[in-house]
Amino acid sequence: MSHTSTSRSRHIALTTAVVAGLALTACSAESEGSGATTKDGVTTLSLWTHNGGNEAELAINERVVEEFNASHDDIKVEIESFPQDAYNDAVTAAAAADKLPCVLDIDAPNVPNWAWAGYLEPLGLSDDLFDGQLESTLGVVDDEVYSFGHYDVALNLVTRRSTLEKYDIRVPDMDQPWTAEEFDEALAKIKAGGEYAYPFDLGTAGGGEWIPYAYSPMLQSFGGDLIDRDGYTTAEGVLNGPEALDWATWTTGVVEKGYAARKSGADATLDFVNGKTAIMWSGSWAAVPVTEKYGDDALFLPPVDFGNGPKIGGGSWQWGLSSDCPALDAAREYLEFSAKTEYYVDYATELSLIPAKEEAAAEVPDFAPDGRFRDFYDYASEYAVLRPVTPAYPFISSTFQKAYADILAGGDPQQVLDKAVSDIDTNIQQNGDYEF
Amino acid sequence: MSETIPHAAPDTSPPSRHRATTARRQATPTAPRGRGRRRHRGETLVGLAMTTPAVVLLLVFFVVPVALMFGLAFTNARLISPRPAEFTGTENFTTLFGDSLFWASLRNTAYFAVVVVPVQAGLALVLALLVNAKVRGRNFFRTVYFLPVVTSMVVVSLLWRFIYEPDGLLNQLISAMSLGAWDGTDWLNNPSTAMPAIMLMSVWQAVGFHMVIWLAGLQTISADLYEAAALDGASGWRLFRHVTWPGLLQTRTFVLITITIAAFSLFTQISVMTQGGPLDSTTTVVFMAVRTGYEQHATGYAAAVSLVFFVIVLTISLVQRFLTREKD
Repeated sequence: MSHTSTSRSRHIALTTAVVAGLALTACSAESEGSGATTKDGVTTLSLWTHNGGNEAELAINERVVEEFNASHDDIKVEIESFPQDAYNDAVTAAAAADKLPCVLDIDAPNVPNWAWAGYLEPLGLSDDLFDGQLESTLGVVDDEVYSFGHYDVALNLVTRRSTLEKYDIRVPDMDQPWTAEEFDEALAKIKAGGEYAYPFDLGTAGGGEWIPYAYSPMLQSFGGDLIDRDGYTTAEGVLNGPEALDWATWTTGVVEKGYAARKSGADATLDFVNGKTAIMWSGSWAAVPVTEKYGDDALFLPPVDFGNGPKIGGGSWQWGLSSDCPALDAAREYLEFSAKTEYYVDYATELSLIPAKEEAAAEVPDFAPDGRFRDFYDYASEYAVLRPVTPAYPFISSTFQKAYADILAGGDPQQVLDKAVSDIDTNIQQNGDYEF
Repeated sequence: MSETIPHAAPDTSPPSRHRATTARRQATPTAPRGRGRRRHRGETLVGLAMTTPAVVLLLVFFVVPVALMFGLAFTNARLISPRPAEFTGTENFTTLFGDSLFWASLRNTAYFAVVVVPVQAGLALVLALLVNAKVRGRNFFRTVYFLPVVTSMVVVSLLWRFIYEPDGLLNQLISAMSLGAWDGTDWLNNPSTAMPAIMLMSVWQAVGFHMVIWLAGLQTISADLYEAAALDGASGWRLFRHVTWPGLLQTRTFVLITITIAAFSLFTQISVMTQGGPLDSTTTVVFMAVRTGYEQHATGYAAAVSLVFFVIVLTISLVQRFLTREKD
């Protein structure tokens, strides 16, 4: 090897090393996508959504953005979509790095936590913009509105009129929902009939946020709750009190009596339309496939009243404003534009979601006062209980998910719930009661 | 591996300790004249330049996180919080040692390691001996055994989740083989079978990798030794016992330590298949740390979990190093 080539290769090696080092520092120093940039008098805003891969909903997001961009010369909104499974992690990471977009959608229960963490700015839009808005679709923390949603979903009991008639079971309605005893009898009758793998599908195949969304309303109907909402500082007595124990006992009872599978099939709706189950605990998203299959025979019943009235979860994806945003006024202008009633109508019409505004509901045939899915709108306005509005919610949710899995797996309910309560209380205490 | 260095001092140490040799070599002036030394300095620079990317990566993804872990473990830091983290002393550790979930995680991790390490190492050796035999199609078998290794663990876990379902492949097989006399159980939702089920699939997935390592070890054993032993009338088991086994000393150490560390860091299978359930029968230390840190946002507490885990794994690795050291 000649001298020159040695020095050249040395040179290359050194350069490479220096470049690699520089690239690394560049990565950390460059502030990419810090929400908005202004160039030549045009402000460009970034908007994040969880609808990556969810084409129908993403198409509406994109339409709103396109129409906004077409009607504004000085503001441009750029949409970025993430797959839902990775979305919360992406937002948390971006927040930690101060790189949040200006506008983002948020799963309703996370709003208080993010507001408390200082990620979100109150919307600061006029109140009459949200006249007739369903309560469950506004993210209100400390009397400030931090987020609003175009739609909501509602839990309900899906079954068929013909099934109930065959087993001589009363068809419940909002005036007279099933009681716990009635429901138990109904399940016993259907089980005795022997034509279904399971009379009831609890929907336990789902995981994550589905668990508190689907099962804490039952707990609330029994009279318990995830946390004492008076002050939000302890779960003692509500998550492990006698009512909560009744709820846990009922849950395991349904499984032990063979009314429901310990772990449901991966696709509960599919099992239902294939006649494997007779009654399904599910959300309003199942209405379209079930109606397609059974037409007028399909029933979407109010939840069982376990003593404190029927209860369902409330709050779906909502739009918020990040406090990092350097162009708050422009972002507010976009949010105000996107809150037009016509967009509420679009989401409801194209996705069969419950329109979050009364006047929008009136314009959507399915959800208008005599529409075939009107019940969902009524359930959402009558029965919805928001998941606890506290920054502790992510911890509570995770703890409840584990507790529910343990109860289903046959753990001692009192022990499991006591442990959950002590974990939650310790967490709240360690965080100075999550005071703002 | 060893290189002959003519100008080095007479060396009695075994060649594998060539780090010391290299050091000594740098200490001895290689050439009396300046030009040579300049070239030497140049070589050092090139060497440094070449290690830079690896060093940077190690710093960014290993040293810095470990340092952070040591710091955060003694605070109440949160993933998302408007408050600055406060120093809480040993409070995290007090909570940790009183947390039944932590003890369950530790127990399960140990259980997994104690079973998987010998089983996987042994099975890999058996497979390696089999595919090392001079039979037709051995490349095909090597490939087959190695396939699961290059498949993503997430994908493998999802597949096995279907296999283990109550009406999944395994139970169908069991009832078909036993003509309906036996019914399988719900493998992943039964506290007594969930962990063994995960062990089985983990061994199946990773055994091919260690088979290849063993194979590499087998290739290094000189054929002369086998011939000599065969001439002395050794065969089968005695051949293995006195030629193969001693020749695999280095490989053995490597396989043992890598499987141990991999077994201790069990996470993906748990996350995909059981989420630590049923009744904490499959929760592991890494799973607990991830769940605490990301799902529950308790960064400080998760750091404490990781710190305890770090100390345990380090201790075990050191003990293994000590036990398998070369005895002079």
